[in-house]
Amino acid sequence: MNTVVDVASDEMPTGVPISERGPAPARVVAGFGFWLFLLSDIIIFSALFAAYAVLCNATNGGPTAVELFDKRHVLFETSCLLASSFTCGMMMIAMERREAALTYFWAIVTAALGVVFLCLEFSEFAHMVQQGAGPSRSAFLSSFFTLVGTHGAHVTVGIAWLLIMMLQVGKLGFRPMVVRRMLCFSLFWHALDIVWIGVFTVVYLGAHA
Amino acid sequence: MFGRLTWDAIPLNEPIPLATVCVLIVGIAGILSLVTWKGWWPYLWREWITSTDHKRIGVMYVILALVMLLRGFSDAIMMRAQLALAAGHAAGYLPPEHYNQIFSAHGTIMIFFVGMTFVVGLMNFVLPLQLGVRDVAFPVLNSVSFWLTAAGVLLVNVSLGVGEFARTGWLAYPPLSEIAYSPGVGVDYYLWSLQISGLGTLLSGINLTTTILKLRAPGMGYGRMPVFCWTALASNLLIVAAFPILTATFAMLLLDRYLGFHFFTNDGGGNPMMYINLIWGWGHPEVYILILPAFGVFSEVIATFSGKPLFGYRSMVMATMAICVLSFMVWLHHFFTMGAGANVNAFFGIATMIISVPTGVKVFNWLFTMYGGSIRFTAPVHWAIGFIVTFVIGGMTGVLMAIPPADFVLHNSLFLIAHFHNVIIGGVIFGAMAGYTYWFPKAFGFRLHEGLGKAVFWCWFVGFYLAFMPLYALGLMGATRRMQHYADPTWQPLMEVALGGAVIILIGILLTVAQLVVSIRTRERRRDLTGDPWNGRTLEWSVSSPPPAWNFALLPIVGGPDAFWNAKRHPAAPADPRLVSLAVPKHSALGFFVAFFTVILGFSLIWHIWWLAIVGLLGAIAVSLRHAWQTELEDYVSVATIAEHERAHQSQVARA
Repeated sequence: MNTVVDVASDEMPTGVPISERGPAPARVVAGFGFWLFLLSDIIIFSALFAAYAVLCNATNGGPTAVELFDKRHVLFETSCLLASSFTCGMMMIAMERREAALTYFWAIVTAALGVVFLCLEFSEFAHMVQQGAGPSRSAFLSSFFTLVGTHGAHVTVGIAWLLIMMLQVGKLGFRPMVVRRMLCFSLFWHALDIVWIGVFTVVYLGAHA
Repeated sequence: MFGRLTWDAIPLNEPIPLATVCVLIVGIAGILSLVTWKGWWPYLWREWITSTDHKRIGVMYVILALVMLLRGFSDAIMMRAQLALAAGHAAGYLPPEHYNQIFSAHGTIMIFFVGMTFVVGLMNFVLPLQLGVRDVAFPVLNSVSFWLTAAGVLLVNVSLGVGEFARTGWLAYPPLSEIAYSPGVGVDYYLWSLQISGLGTLLSGINLTTTILKLRAPGMGYGRMPVFCWTALASNLLIVAAFPILTATFAMLLLDRYLGFHFFTNDGGGNPMMYINLIWGWGHPEVYILILPAFGVFSEVIATFSGKPLFGYRSMVMATMAICVLSFMVWLHHFFTMGAGANVNAFFGIATMIISVPTGVKVFNWLFTMYGGSIRFTAPVHWAIGFIVTFVIGGMTGVLMAIPPADFVLHNSLFLIAHFHNVIIGGVIFGAMAGYTYWFPKAFGFRLHEGLGKAVFWCWFVGFYLAFMPLYALGLMGATRRMQHYADPTWQPLMEVALGGAVIILIGILLTVAQLVVSIRTRERRRDLTGDPWNGRTLEWSVSSPPPAWNFALLPIVGGPDAFWNAKRHPAAPADPRLVSLAVPKHSALGFFVAFFTVILGFSLIWHIWWLAIVGLLGAIAVSLRHAWQTELEDYVSVATIAEHERAHQSQVARA
């Protein structure tokens, strides 16, 4: 996001403070607006984290966190998501170089890792529900399913978004509008990683603390 | 097939809602047939419904707010009438279950659909003009935001005729709002309409924050922004930071109600107090979201009509941002009685009192701005002075309640009701009315009738004091809020005075309508030819009234605060107008259709019509995806058109 520098640089003498250089270019405006959206999204997650922190011991006589969570399963899940952040970065580099084939390749790897993550999460949820540890069992489980499930819903939306972006790259090419949307997508995908690190720490490691 | 929706949902046996609904249906049908008969649909569709122009969208927000003010006020006067009657053995005319819906709807509508809608409308209209830019950062998103707000409004009003509204108070505290105690659709109407309109507000907050931080005209540094832009920035930052909490909290309550989760239930380990903490985590910033733009309006109005720069610009900005931060640190004062303990209560009590310091700074700045100025006593100035007096009283009763031991006595009494109406009417409504009168000529090209404007002010001012001062006394006498009947007949005279006050406010509202009608009929005499009817200080007055779609033919170069005032004092040599053709955002029906499908989604979720909910959701996604494939998002205005407009404006200025 260091493109503010090139705003109207041919008109404005150097030494004019950034705040006085006039409207920022579309890329900066779109990126900044999307950042604000991500911040608001992270606040939604923080409300859900707060609810989890309040309710994580309210097990209502049902299963507790230590009994339910499988650390190794979650570690694998986490690795998939973190790896997908890396491949997302590779996709953005390929896009910066306007290499369509490579962009598709990394996009498919990113989406595939996302799908693996979702499958693992789904299997964990299904296993818990089978054991009678569904979200209506206790307040603890309500807040667990909501927090983790909201993250999963975001990943689902992200995968759908990525696939649509690949269609747009194919049909519309790397025009500025498409590049801006790809930039927003990558911000979104990395933000989901950050949220997941919170989930991993607070929910899964926290259970064993 | 239709979920919980049956013919029983229509209130055929309740005369008051039934009559209201009939009047509404006749009224709406009348308007629709008039529009059809006159052939106005193409114009409305092209120029308003699908408009992405921030000025048009701002005007539509304000119209929506004024219409909802009528609805919210009818609820208010019904409550006042009930309480003037229902003393001792008299039962009044409203049954308790209906009364409960009325006070819930009154609070919900006044905060979300009058206060929020009004200030968002003013910010939308004014900000780009004051900042010297051609539109907001994301014009199509702006239209989506407006229509989502309208969708929420529609759902609230549908609850009048189909089903019921919440009986839980305006914040729907659990466990009362849980499915076990509120099994009907009332709470679901409340939740879905606020989720939908809340999404609109959040998107609008992101849009306006980006506009202020990234799109200002060349030279418009932070220290040169008009104070209204600063207060709007603070307000929109709060929207971005606070509304997600509301969304998350309501989502948790919805999960409780729809899927049997246990966030806030009595059983299963749920924690109702957590809801109250979360909702006020949004709710207290919310009151500053409403009041800060009003502070901005008063700053503009007082500086303009005193003919002086605002006193203490920097301290005003500091105070605004201090309030912005502090507003997140006081939420617990809404429930000192929860039992958090003396230390916690003391912290929040002191934090609350600290907020009155920056607010006091502002009050003194306004007074010192007027001091020594040549004040013109126009209608907006009436609102501003009325505000200063009224808001100081409201602020002081607030500081009183910030003392936890006093709050234990006053909590949930009519004293509290008097306090927050004192600051919301005296602050937000007065500010909204001042802004409406002040910027009306900019929006429509003619001024509102001045005498009627002052009459409207006096009705609100006198009516407010008559309606709410008795409530302070009644609160101290022990009267609680949300009470449909009382046994002690000595309260009745004060209740009757309060009703009298409400009637005077009603006259004020009717006079607002009269003012609008008279002003429109005599508009030729009220034309604002120069674009600068008040001898203004900020950039919105430098363009024609109403401004062209592109706002500024050339982006203004700002050299200091009060940019337009200084330009008038030191006119620069007329620069060579190198006009270029300008891009304006294309009209877009996206907002309308997204809202259309969202209404279907919300309504079917309320009534558990699952197949229709899927239709609504897929519809909203489909229209959004269709928009995502559009590559031509802007129209170009030719140099000839711009030059023609500029010439016409210059010749009007010369003639005036």
